[in-house]
Amino acid sequence: MHINPRLEEAVVKVLLWLFTLITVFVLFFIIFYILKHGLPVVNYQFLTTDPMDMGKSGGIYTTIIGTIVLTLVAILIATPLGIGTAIYLTEYTRENKITKIIRFGSECLAGIPSIIFGLFGFILFVTKLKFGWSIISGSLTLAFMILPTIIRTSEEAIKSVPYNFREVSYSLGSTQWQTVTKVVLPSALPGILTGVILSVGRSIGETAAVIFTAGSALRLPTSLFSSSRTMAVHFYIMAREGISMPNAYGTAAVLIITILIINIVAYRLMHKFIKKYS
Amino acid sequence: MTRLERNERLIKIALLVIACSAVSILAVITIFIFSEGTPIMFKYGFKSFLLGLDWYPSEQSFGLLPMIIGSLMVTCGSLIVGVPFGLACAIFLTEFSSRRLRHILKPIIELLAGIPSVVYGFIGVVILVPFIRENLGGPGLSVLAASIILGIMILPTIISISIDSLQAVPVSYREGSIALGATKWQTTKMVTLKAARSGIIASIILGMGRAIGETMAVIMIAGNAINIPNSVLAPVRTLTSNIALEMGYASGEHREALFATGVILFVIIMVLNTLANLTSAKRKA
Repeated sequence: MHINPRLEEAVVKVLLWLFTLITVFVLFFIIFYILKHGLPVVNYQFLTTDPMDMGKSGGIYTTIIGTIVLTLVAILIATPLGIGTAIYLTEYTRENKITKIIRFGSECLAGIPSIIFGLFGFILFVTKLKFGWSIISGSLTLAFMILPTIIRTSEEAIKSVPYNFREVSYSLGSTQWQTVTKVVLPSALPGILTGVILSVGRSIGETAAVIFTAGSALRLPTSLFSSSRTMAVHFYIMAREGISMPNAYGTAAVLIITILIINIVAYRLMHKFIKKYS
Repeated sequence: MTRLERNERLIKIALLVIACSAVSILAVITIFIFSEGTPIMFKYGFKSFLLGLDWYPSEQSFGLLPMIIGSLMVTCGSLIVGVPFGLACAIFLTEFSSRRLRHILKPIIELLAGIPSVVYGFIGVVILVPFIRENLGGPGLSVLAASIILGIMILPTIISISIDSLQAVPVSYREGSIALGATKWQTTKMVTLKAARSGIIASIILGMGRAIGETMAVIMIAGNAINIPNSVLAPVRTLTSNIALEMGYASGEHREALFATGVILFVIIMVLNTLANLTSAKRKA
């Protein structure tokens, strides 16, 4: 069957427009829907009072603190490992079997679903090492999960630092480590930060890996070994058990706004960084 | 050897040790999941796990076939929903829209990849599930609901990677085709899409990996009943939800069987990752 190419072009154009419109509409709709129902609940009091009656009333204060502590510890564990790996891969070795294995391992780790991380964290940290449901179990699990992101972005950031920066440093008599710490890392910092910030966003939104390792206690955590509930877990439990719809919407709104702001900051930073070196 | 040289040496060794962290973590996770999950599979036989229809952990009956089929159905469903929309969006933004629109929309779509999966699941519960129940029948919590929500969740992955691979096709290819009198769509169909094929396939495989590994959203909207669904409106349980739903209270052989579920999931994901790596390696070559 022969179709007039001009007619086909016109039809395809309309269809592509339509599909794109629907896609963008659906994605926007999700955000607006949550914000529309959630924002009226969110106020200063909602953010600063403890949840009461399992979250039926009161605010989400302890879950905010739980989220911040859990994410912070995870980032503190994963960042040095990620940056160290990136430095080794880019500055201290040539492409060889070892780098291939390291890259392959990192890529595989990135593809593992969060429930597997949760399962693993539960059996190793919670039961075998007897940390129990705790911030340390949750943070270690999260750290493992975000490590590949930090490795990849740091590697790209370090690679994009122009080679002559290093040559100048060597010509001044610096050692390799001095060059890395005083020249390469400072120049690559915005790019590295982008990866770290993206990982913060991912940690905040994670549920499956956290619920089995950090538990879901609503108390304020007192040490790294106390269980803690994050905003995402709190939202999941409230929505699934139908505890309080208004509070569930409110938590979701706070969660989404936080993550969007974090991702926008990361995106801006990356944009600036790319502009600087290209 | 001076002190400075010795320090440099030590630093290099320390960095190598750190660099092995990702691989070691991968190894430890693999070993743990397999060592916890495979003994019970050997004990009752692989066949009873992979092909058994009944999951009654308290009666030593650990058939995972309904969950395996459930995972596959939901994943295929999500691709049926996500791939046409994702590809159309990517093609539109690279080939047919203005630069400006692309520069605005692409980052926005990528930002949306950060929305937590529980939020998608929640949207499914409050909007999609009641809609399906009232208009199409059935319990609403269904293969269809899970497919649609997962399809939406994989959109950012598919769109973003497809756009990158379409943009990587040299402009001269398109110019050559246009110069021969082809229309824009003919050029896209016969030249650009063919040149970007491996990247697009990789984006679909990655989206598939995300869909099959998704847990929380699926638990909220798929209904979680253990049976092989006879229609898209029937509820379904996936491998991931099987683990998450019962992990909280399982012990003994029941817990080992959940790890066996993890083993199967792990193997599927690894196969998909390797496929994605192979296709993108081919693209680079």
